Amino acid sequence: MSTPPGIVATARMIAARDLRIEWRARVVMNQVIPFAAVTMVLFAFAVDDTGALGRLAPGLVWLTVMFSLLLCAQRAFAIESADGALEALRVAGVDPVGIFLGKAAALAVQLLALAVVMVLAALILYDLDPPAGGVVLLVTSAICATCALAATGTIYAGLAAGVSGRETLLPLLVVPVVSPVLIGATRAVEAALGTGGTAVADGWPWVGLLAVVAVASAVVGALTFGSAIRD
Amino acid sequence: MESIEFIIGSYLLTFGAIAVVAARMLRRARSLSHRVPDEEKYWL
Amino acid sequence: MTTPTTPRSTGTRATRVIGTAAIVMSAWLTLFGLVLSPADVAQGDAVRIMYVHVPSVWLAYLAFIVTAICSVWVLVARGRVPGVDRVAGASAEIGVVFMAVTLVSGMLWGRITWGVYWQWDARLTTTALLFITYIGYLAVRGLDGSPEQRARRSAVVGVVAVAEIPLVHWSVRLWRSLHQEATVLDTDLDVDIDGLMLFTLFVGVIAFTLWFVWFVLHRARVMALAALVEERSLDEALAERAAEVPAGGQN
Repeated sequence: MSTPPGIVATARMIAARDLRIEWRARVVMNQVIPFAAVTMVLFAFAVDDTGALGRLAPGLVWLTVMFSLLLCAQRAFAIESADGALEALRVAGVDPVGIFLGKAAALAVQLLALAVVMVLAALILYDLDPPAGGVVLLVTSAICATCALAATGTIYAGLAAGVSGRETLLPLLVVPVVSPVLIGATRAVEAALGTGGTAVADGWPWVGLLAVVAVASAVVGALTFGSAIRD
Repeated sequence: MESIEFIIGSYLLTFGAIAVVAARMLRRARSLSHRVPDEEKYWL
Repeated sequence: MTTPTTPRSTGTRATRVIGTAAIVMSAWLTLFGLVLSPADVAQGDAVRIMYVHVPSVWLAYLAFIVTAICSVWVLVARGRVPGVDRVAGASAEIGVVFMAVTLVSGMLWGRITWGVYWQWDARLTTTALLFITYIGYLAVRGLDGSPEQRARRSAVVGVVAVAEIPLVHWSVRLWRSLHQEATVLDTDLDVDIDGLMLFTLFVGVIAFTLWFVWFVLHRARVMALAALVEERSLDEALAERAAEVPAGGQN
């Protein structure tokens, strides 16, 4: 019997597999992104004031990404339990830390793509005029925020995978825990887009917060994920 | 005392919550305890 | 099987002593808090709400810390410590009840002192988010699965929830400090405490800690009873089924 692969190799394998499944099925691209886009349109109906929409844009973008996280995280484990793939990995002795990191990484990539589309949508729909110096801040904060969201989403979606009643439970578990991410990402993007009347440099403390949350949720997830998914 | 209704209200709320939760818990304990023999109750 | 004596419930001598002490201390707290202690210089009589508000928030956080410690224990033991798991669950239930009480009594205090029920203060916002988090924890405890599986799942949520407390508090504080508007509402919870006020608060903390111990002991035993009843009814159903089907016969 061969020895199971190491954590990094496992994570890379799982992430590549999840992204390949997404590439073939195109669920995020064909279902979640259109949902997020129509949410952005509905925000415009709810606010009905172009000036206010511009000021609110960063918060609306991240609210939309958070709603999409709930869908994507659910989906990430639906593909596992459909054919018992997670059980097969566990029986084969694959390290749960590797599974967690791999699934979280794949989720983070999908969310990052979604966040990029949503920021572009906000620029077009809400008539924003971002300062040129904000791009680095925007990209850095989006990467940190999506990593934090993906780690938290993976912990809870894995925990609730295969349990009846998970569809309504997952939002209740995830939303309060990701509130620091929502605060941090909104403020950072606000600074990057110049919508809150703040300078670009004011956004960096928020990136620090996002990085701490991302690292903390990844560490807690790696430590507890094995217990969450075992039968 | 100004705003006395808020002050009395907060005391009533706090101790009322304790009383309601305690009463419900003890009633459930009593009904369940009829269905388990005493020798299986580890606290006795 | 019937016994001539009435079956014993979850009370023991220890819980009766603790319960009586908690009632006496609560009566004492009410007397001191409403009658004997003076009104505060800055807050006036609103400070009297503090004597129930501060002990109940203390109890809620104590309960969540106990839940977190028990959760770590459950995870280390891989879910095979049902007693510890029951204490974690009992403690979280009490914590959620007192978190709700804390939020409402805090709002009543805020209405008198700030003139509004709600303020986006770091402590208040963190408490509200934490309240929702532990409602989620209780929902996870109610999910189906084997007892060990349930214990491990809820332990994971218990650990994540407690890790969340400093992050949420820090982020909300950072948010408020950068977005401070007009400081009309600058009265803080901190008061100049004189001797009798401190003593009253101390009585409250003791009383509520006694309530916590009393509730956790009883609730954990009720959970054990419920598990035993479930086990017994399953055994009885199996025995009935075995009696229906003759040995070796087909169904």
